[in-house]
Amino acid sequence: MKFLVCISLVPDTTTKISFVDNDTKFNNDKVQWILNPYDEWYALVRALELKEANGGTVTVVNVGPAANDQVIRKALAIGADDAIRIDGSDDLDSYGIAANIAAVAKEGAYDLVLLGKETISYNGSNIGGMVAEILGQPFISYATSLDLNGNTAKISREIEGGKEIVEANAPFVLSAAKGMAEQRIPNMKGIMQAKTKPLKVVPATATPTLTSTVKYELPPAKAAVKLISPDNVEELVTLLHNEAKVI
Amino acid sequence: MLNIYAQTYSGFDYAMIDELLTEEQINIRQSIRAWINRDIISHIEDWAQNATFHPEIMQQLGQMGCLGPHIPKEYGGGGLDTITYGIIMQELERADSGIRSCASVQSSLVMYPIWKFGSEQQKQKFLPLLSTGEYIGSFGLTEPNHGSNPNGMECRVKKVQGGYLLNGNKMWITNSPICHLAVVWAKDENNYVIGLIVERAMQGFSTPTIHEKWSLRTSITGELVFQDVFIPEENILPNAKGLKAPLSCLSSARYGISWGAIGAAMDCLHSALEYSKDRYQFDKPLAAFQLTQKRLAEFITEITQAQLLSFRIGQLINSGKATPAQISMAKRNNVEMALRIARESRQICGAMGITGAFPMMRHAMNLESVITYEGTHEVHLLITGMDITGINAF
Repeated sequence: MKFLVCISLVPDTTTKISFVDNDTKFNNDKVQWILNPYDEWYALVRALELKEANGGTVTVVNVGPAANDQVIRKALAIGADDAIRIDGSDDLDSYGIAANIAAVAKEGAYDLVLLGKETISYNGSNIGGMVAEILGQPFISYATSLDLNGNTAKISREIEGGKEIVEANAPFVLSAAKGMAEQRIPNMKGIMQAKTKPLKVVPATATPTLTSTVKYELPPAKAAVKLISPDNVEELVTLLHNEAKVI
Repeated sequence: MLNIYAQTYSGFDYAMIDELLTEEQINIRQSIRAWINRDIISHIEDWAQNATFHPEIMQQLGQMGCLGPHIPKEYGGGGLDTITYGIIMQELERADSGIRSCASVQSSLVMYPIWKFGSEQQKQKFLPLLSTGEYIGSFGLTEPNHGSNPNGMECRVKKVQGGYLLNGNKMWITNSPICHLAVVWAKDENNYVIGLIVERAMQGFSTPTIHEKWSLRTSITGELVFQDVFIPEENILPNAKGLKAPLSCLSSARYGISWGAIGAAMDCLHSALEYSKDRYQFDKPLAAFQLTQKRLAEFITEITQAQLLSFRIGQLINSGKATPAQISMAKRNNVEMALRIARESRQICGAMGITGAFPMMRHAMNLESVITYEGTHEVHLLITGMDITGINAF
């Protein structure tokens, strides 16, 4: 089976977030980029497990500039066979990214396209559905398990208050949530092998911009802690009631 | 006990030395850091507080590629350069000097001498097992009566048919109680130092544990005791000629320690820096006080100097130009730097710094060993003194 795993780059979780260009763009300066954990820990690792059990190939695809190659190599170090980078700028909107990934998926005739349920940066959850739509394939979102029997997949999805078990025949697109697999940390051998694995660069196709960001805002700064003396329960209750409005 | 700032650790790179590293070196650093964060950091305080060593760590270190990263690939090593080896040691010691010591000893003091001085058969037999951690090795040079003066060693071998009989004691040996083999240095009947591989099953070989250490409590330390141990000819390191051989292993290990100490220092700085921003006194964060800033500014300055020194020595080793005296300088300078930062960063954290919620006391206690082993602080100073004056003051 041929797996295509979409990998996105996101700022490391310790990054201090700021914006430029009148708060319309994320400030990339000095940002350490990592693989989006939902793509890496769940989608990629599950694809690798299925490949190891049943055979096949795992290709990773990323849309972005050449600077992304170092992080893409990490996906190869974890075990992907090869990588495709669609040489696109940071300015592509979700549709642009999805259309380009769909073109690669179509050309490579992959059986399954996997990706994380969302990126931990923009949390859009847009790409999977769009790729599926462009490819004319089913889309199964927020999957917590994926098992294959030949061409037929059994998938668990977490839904409000319970679980849904879905069956689908490949090809389809699936977004992975926590529980799908366990994080794999690449070892030295994997990192060395990654150097010689193919990383193909293809140009991005121009797409119409359907959405654009008008403004980013940071959450309000955390207010200072108010310490109330343990003797002064009345004041505590008043503040919880009137100021924090939690009781 | 959990170090509350551990998961936000991202190292320090004030002089942008990362620009001098390869993509592969940075990826390896990230991998080791991710493994430490996931599997080690949340346990390390308990292991140290309870003085428990977990031998399975050796297999995990092997799986990650931390055992013999600078040994050629054909023997199961990583085939990596010495700067990468240093980076690995830095990340391991950021967790704990005990963990780093396990990897240092196996890589530089066991695998390195077998690779450098062993026969082809010895390399094929032992190095792959040591690189996976399936075999644990130890290194016997120091003796109860001979620490800084290894040439005074009392361990002796006597030629007998088919090999040698080994007698004597070695002390302060990392991993000795659990080792499968020990690379041991002893004098022959002509007072010539030779190297031998002693295997666990050999008659007359025992390894008592040294208890009640206040330092390196996550690693196990012991003795090597030899009573008429028969060492077959095939277990003699054929290319080890004289005391120079074990000293060259120490150079490799000391260089790794110079990087490891930076890891411990950065861990202390990270915790102290974050705490100083979170902790308020007199209505402002500790970080707003000049005395705190003085300490923090000095820490980052000293760490940066240490990074540049280790990086440069790594380049010199890679190009075959480093001298043992240069490596002594790096080990001595960086360990003292780390110990000072561990002590003073504890002071920034006040009483909280005493507890296992912060790593400083653990690092400080560990570094008391690190400043003593692999050449004491004093001996390294005299090596530098001898190097610049030409006069031996030992």
